[in-house]
Amino acid sequence: MAEATQEKKNVGPVDDKVHTWPHLVRLEFLVALFVLVMLSLWSLMIDAPLEEPANPTRTPNPSKAPWYFLGLQEMLVYFDPWHAGVVLPSLIIVGLMVIPFIDINPKGNGYYTYAERKYEILTFFLGFHVLWVSMIIIGTFFRGPGWNLFWPWQHWDPHKVVALTNVDLPYLLGFRDYWLSAAFGLFCVVAYFVAGIGIFYVWVLRVKGKDFMERWGPVRFAITAFLFVTMLSLPVKMILRLAFNVKYILVTPWINI
Amino acid sequence: MALKKWEEIKKDIVENQVWKAIFRHGYEDTPRNRVLMVTANVFLHLHPAKVRRHGVRMRFTWCMGGLTFLMFLVTVVTGIYLMFYYRPVAEYAYADMKYLEFDMPFGMLMRNMHRWAAHAMVVFVWLHMFRVFLTGSYKPPREFNWIVGVLLLVLTLLLSFTGYLLPWDQLSIWAVTVGSNMARATPLLGHEGPFADFVGANPIYDARAFLFGGGEIGPHTLLRFYILHCIFIPMVASILMAVHFWRIRRDGFSGPSL
Repeated sequence: MAEATQEKKNVGPVDDKVHTWPHLVRLEFLVALFVLVMLSLWSLMIDAPLEEPANPTRTPNPSKAPWYFLGLQEMLVYFDPWHAGVVLPSLIIVGLMVIPFIDINPKGNGYYTYAERKYEILTFFLGFHVLWVSMIIIGTFFRGPGWNLFWPWQHWDPHKVVALTNVDLPYLLGFRDYWLSAAFGLFCVVAYFVAGIGIFYVWVLRVKGKDFMERWGPVRFAITAFLFVTMLSLPVKMILRLAFNVKYILVTPWINI
Repeated sequence: MALKKWEEIKKDIVENQVWKAIFRHGYEDTPRNRVLMVTANVFLHLHPAKVRRHGVRMRFTWCMGGLTFLMFLVTVVTGIYLMFYYRPVAEYAYADMKYLEFDMPFGMLMRNMHRWAAHAMVVFVWLHMFRVFLTGSYKPPREFNWIVGVLLLVLTLLLSFTGYLLPWDQLSIWAVTVGSNMARATPLLGHEGPFADFVGANPIYDARAFLFGGGEIGPHTLLRFYILHCIFIPMVASILMAVHFWRIRRDGFSGPSL
């Protein structure tokens, strides 16, 4: 009798539940077995690398971080270490953590749907696949000595000469005075965020409507807009670098962006 | 006759105090036993007794969360084996790696499994995050579990990164040097970072020196990373994993509303 009540409580409105044993445990066991066999075979066939003993006086060229950090190392091409190595990774972690709180769409909870959460999925796709994963692929397979770009079939020539033609954006636009350049650079950075967040605001209003914006609230909007515009700053800087050889936008004795 | 004898032996084995002290229920396929199988077993009771049908399907879960945990277990088992033969001392570490590879029974295999499982764990945890995002499983009431998951993802990377140094070969010290150079540039706290002068950070007293246990990568770093890798991070990760699994068990697997 007690058993029957117990069962009833677990069932819920519609009984689409199955017993964990055997239905889930069986699947877990089989998948674990399969993966362990694959891992064993892989480990029997491919040895973990072991190079010559550590030698702090001999720096290999290129020196690469572990592959999962190569996205960050690749970002160092476009931003200074304090930004690419500390600020942006911290923002990635914080940005991931706030996802459940800025996403107020009640739909798409527990099933696959693209139509009901198009923009959420596209944003994640941009951040994870386009930026994070592709930067790792570039850093792993396309970077050689001097962190220069090489095709996988090209010889890694340590003496490859790459002209250092990058200049700062204010210089490119004709600014020669130090303070004017710094002021212009600061203006550009601030304008980028103001314009970016403004465009984001208008865009959300147009796509989602005023009701949504009210439900979303200013805090959620501000956090989302800031993180989104910051995320876009990476491709923006990449385009500026690759197309216009722009080194920095803002140059000061303390920070360069 | 023989069959009867067999039944008697079976009865003797199953119906005595020792057996009953260990096994609390029978194995007949009854709904009661199916539930007890899970609830009366400390390991299996990470699961709820019943799960919604769609939440079991592989094309929903991709099995990635469980496989990440499996990879963690593989690295724990193989890692303990490696710890028997490895000394985190600059003079011995590399020699121990060679010893492990060439002289220890299954040493090379254990090392390979440890390394590839660690790499697989990183990939699986990313795919797990991707799946959880796609199914919107972080939505209420599971927001906090997503945060715990992000922390576990970071810890997975740190586990892998601290382990990278231990072979003490060229690959490891330079990868770790490059990977931790950014700590030098931490604003305020790194000696090459913005505004470091105001704080007084210098090469032997800044964020990276704290991580390394000294201004440059060296024997002190090896010991530090060894302890982080073998004790500290696994311990923190285990606690967070317990929270992660407990939460999903309480909140239930996500699914379309009924």
